[in-house]
Amino acid sequence: MSEPAATQTIVIVGAGQAGGETASELRKQGFAGRIVLVGEEAHVPYRRPPLSKAYLSGAATEESLYILPPAGMEKARIEFIGGVRAERIDRAARQLHLSDGRVLDYGKLVLATGGRARVLSLPGADRPNVFPLRSIADVQALRAHCLQGKSAVIVGGGFIGLEVAAVATKLGMKVTVLEGLPRVLARVTVPEVSAFFERIHREAGVDLRTGVQIAAFEGEPAVTHVLLGDGSRIAADFILAGIGQLPNVELAQQAGLAVDNGIVVDEYSRTADPDIYAAGDCANHPNEFYGCRLRLESVQNAMEQGRVVASALLGKPQVYNVVPWFWSDQYDLKLQMVGLSAGFDRMVVRGDFNSRAFAAFYLKEGRLIAADTVGRPQDFMFAKKLVAMRAVVDPQLLADEAVSLKTLLPAA
Amino acid sequence: MPTITFLEPDGKTHVIETPAGVSVMEAATRNLVPGIIGECGGCCTCATCHVHIDESWYGRLESADEMEQGMLEGAVEPGPLSRLCCQIKVTEELDGLIARIPAGQL
Repeated sequence: MSEPAATQTIVIVGAGQAGGETASELRKQGFAGRIVLVGEEAHVPYRRPPLSKAYLSGAATEESLYILPPAGMEKARIEFIGGVRAERIDRAARQLHLSDGRVLDYGKLVLATGGRARVLSLPGADRPNVFPLRSIADVQALRAHCLQGKSAVIVGGGFIGLEVAAVATKLGMKVTVLEGLPRVLARVTVPEVSAFFERIHREAGVDLRTGVQIAAFEGEPAVTHVLLGDGSRIAADFILAGIGQLPNVELAQQAGLAVDNGIVVDEYSRTADPDIYAAGDCANHPNEFYGCRLRLESVQNAMEQGRVVASALLGKPQVYNVVPWFWSDQYDLKLQMVGLSAGFDRMVVRGDFNSRAFAAFYLKEGRLIAADTVGRPQDFMFAKKLVAMRAVVDPQLLADEAVSLKTLLPAA
Repeated sequence: MPTITFLEPDGKTHVIETPAGVSVMEAATRNLVPGIIGECGGCCTCATCHVHIDESWYGRLESADEMEQGMLEGAVEPGPLSRLCCQIKVTEELDGLIARIPAGQL
């Protein structure tokens, strides 16, 4: 791996959490060359998780979202070019062409292009009061409509949809959640945990409907009603679409780099071009822990892979071998998840799904492969360690609330 | 502006001037202090901003809540002076706070 000379320029495309972390880590590890961070949004790198939580509710300010505020960027000598698109990579000339006509020479290039919100392809979905939620600008637009007494229809019962439902409910709005699948959070957890969150939302007053088909959004010039497949209508002051995201791979694709559910990288986050790396939501990496390729959409992935890229760029390659974890805040509840539960052969529950705190542990051939916890931070933290160790655990001890998971750690 | 001192395990010292109102975690990450990650952004969910507060300061802080205590139990080598520094807000009264960074966060 060729190490960049101290004078070399590292250009990072994408000023999200992966791009920001790569830049920060390069400086933390002593890289003295030029770092240029190019962002399509006008903002310096900021934290996205609070967008659907504290930022939407008004509890967090825009400034508080910044990972490195402009003064910090300047101090760290990270050049930031905001509000500009990266249009094209000229790999032979090692140049990045920007939408404002500028051309940047690079020694090494990092693609941290992230993803974009998937848009609804339904009649009326292009109306001005149908919102995605991915950026500060999205939330600013959405927030103007989040007023007490208004009706919000949320399409999608994933993390974004449910977090917005919780905030909107707390703001005194009438909230409907429409999920096409038979249950919420179907992509990420088991039916029991889905049922738990469905109950929590319904108890909070949300009209939560699963297995629902949407026919159209009605109203001119703005949507006033959602027409469902069964012919019924729901009044809506606005629509929030929380139906997932798509990785931004076009820049890599045009440059002839391999793309297969994300930009294909090796275990050190390198593409096939020795001068180009990728990290975050846009990257697809070989995960040794799971023995398969993964494209993860999470802050943990953005930050850890960003640091892996920085290390590799500095000639200290580390294998990226993450055990994924995720979280979601809804009402007063915190869901913390570790591992990927797909393929488990036994679920063990600690606590009670009918209360407001539980831990669900997923085992495969006796080993703990994943856990979902609500309101049990200790169990989450120790489960994280046990999953990483592929620990064989006694299901009876897992189920026993009196037993600290700490005692199940091999070292203890 | 209040000053916070972060000590790396090898003794390297970072004296950070920070505006009040941000968290101690943000004071560290916004100044590129190594060893404090703040993966969850400060919502007490990841325990990657674990520090050991200097004994002379520990008692002057508001106590950790139940959530933080739970997270700390599972942090890397917690001790009696452990805190998640995203849960400590910088105030003028904390001018001079000393926090020791552990050897690892993950």
